[in-house]
Amino acid sequence: MRLPGLLASTWVLFRKDLLVEWRSRSRINALVFFSLATLLLFSFALGPDTALLRRNAGGYLWLALLLSSVLALGESFRVERENATLEGLRLIPVDSRAIFLSKGLANAVLLIGLGVLLVPVLVALLDVRVVLPWPRLLGLIVLGCLAISAPGTLYGAIASHARARDVLLPLLLFPVLIPALVAAAKGTALVLEGDPMEQFHSWVALLASFDILYWGLGVVLFPRVVEE
Amino acid sequence: MELPPALQLHDVSKRYGARWALVRLSLTVKRGTALLLTGHNGSGKTTLLRVLATAVRPSSGQVQVLGLDASRETEKVRAQVGLLSHANFVYEDLSGLENLEVLARLLGLPVSSAQTALERVSLSARDDRPIRTYSAGMRRRLALARLFLKQPPVALLDEPFVELDPSGVSELETRIRELHAAGTTLVLATHHIEQGTQLCTDRLHLEQGRSIAA
Repeated sequence: MRLPGLLASTWVLFRKDLLVEWRSRSRINALVFFSLATLLLFSFALGPDTALLRRNAGGYLWLALLLSSVLALGESFRVERENATLEGLRLIPVDSRAIFLSKGLANAVLLIGLGVLLVPVLVALLDVRVVLPWPRLLGLIVLGCLAISAPGTLYGAIASHARARDVLLPLLLFPVLIPALVAAAKGTALVLEGDPMEQFHSWVALLASFDILYWGLGVVLFPRVVEE
Repeated sequence: MELPPALQLHDVSKRYGARWALVRLSLTVKRGTALLLTGHNGSGKTTLLRVLATAVRPSSGQVQVLGLDASRETEKVRAQVGLLSHANFVYEDLSGLENLEVLARLLGLPVSSAQTALERVSLSARDDRPIRTYSAGMRRRLALARLFLKQPPVALLDEPFVELDPSGVSELETRIRELHAAGTTLVLATHHIEQGTQLCTDRLHLEQGRSIAA
């Protein structure tokens, strides 16, 4: 018996994570409705001031994604707790880094799908226009969701051991995500309103640096988190 | 040169908070042995199996599996050990075959071996229902199929007969005999003393984490 390497194990687990998500589509539906409700609530809370809504549209998109991510991340570890499957993977043995990478990527894919779904709603609801090319917005969503999922997966694993896991996860995650949230919201605002000062690339660079840092930290720290 | 024993524990203790689950336990299990582990609830049987499987680290003492140091060569030890525990380690939303296919890929085995392992425990590979619809007996058989797929030299079975009806117990006995006949070293923790005695050659009784002569 020759155990597969890190990338092969990551690929097997990534496909498994997506299949599990797909099979339990009620969770995905709940996530979609929750994020849509969050967007609607922001627009209701600020009233009919369309200029204000448009100006802050990027922030609403990322807050909706951030709040929804807590549900998605919590659920992804609830599935692993159900029959101690995370322990089962460790005892096969599977490289813990592969577990982190696959779960982080599966969470990112879920959030990216949600982000892509929310953009047309944002355009229709807040009457915003996408001024810069669409691929830039898509790239920003990909980088932003990767930024949420890396620390989210790491802290999701830490919180899953705690009794107050539902409270602990956002408490750990939200402060860490502030730089990524600012960069993603500012970048999105530039895509929606135009970028006369050419600041877009600076925010993308900040977001990419955040991604590299936290995916690296996750690979290093996750094995310590899942071991006793 | 004589091969090292299948399992060797030296002065192993395990503490959860203020409670000692294992107290200075020393034990040697030869290769090919079937060891019956008995004791009341809370006597330390599950903790001992989890320590041997490297699911938990002992608070003190040394554990060796097939001559490998469990604290330093944890991954190698895990590759040699299979644990059938209270948790089945399966994904509820996937079918039995899908669960085993994931395991086969992670073990570097051909995907077709998943089907073979399922058929060996009399589960149908065509049954595409999710695990959450399975009966307790089917879940136990699936857990055993995981062991057959991995074919570890050391198998640790924690209360394998729980929740099974008499025919299920009888079938499981047959499968466990097959595992043992294939040369697997077994450690079986159970309250079903009759079945356990028939299956095992040696016995260890635990009381409050201590080994008592059986």
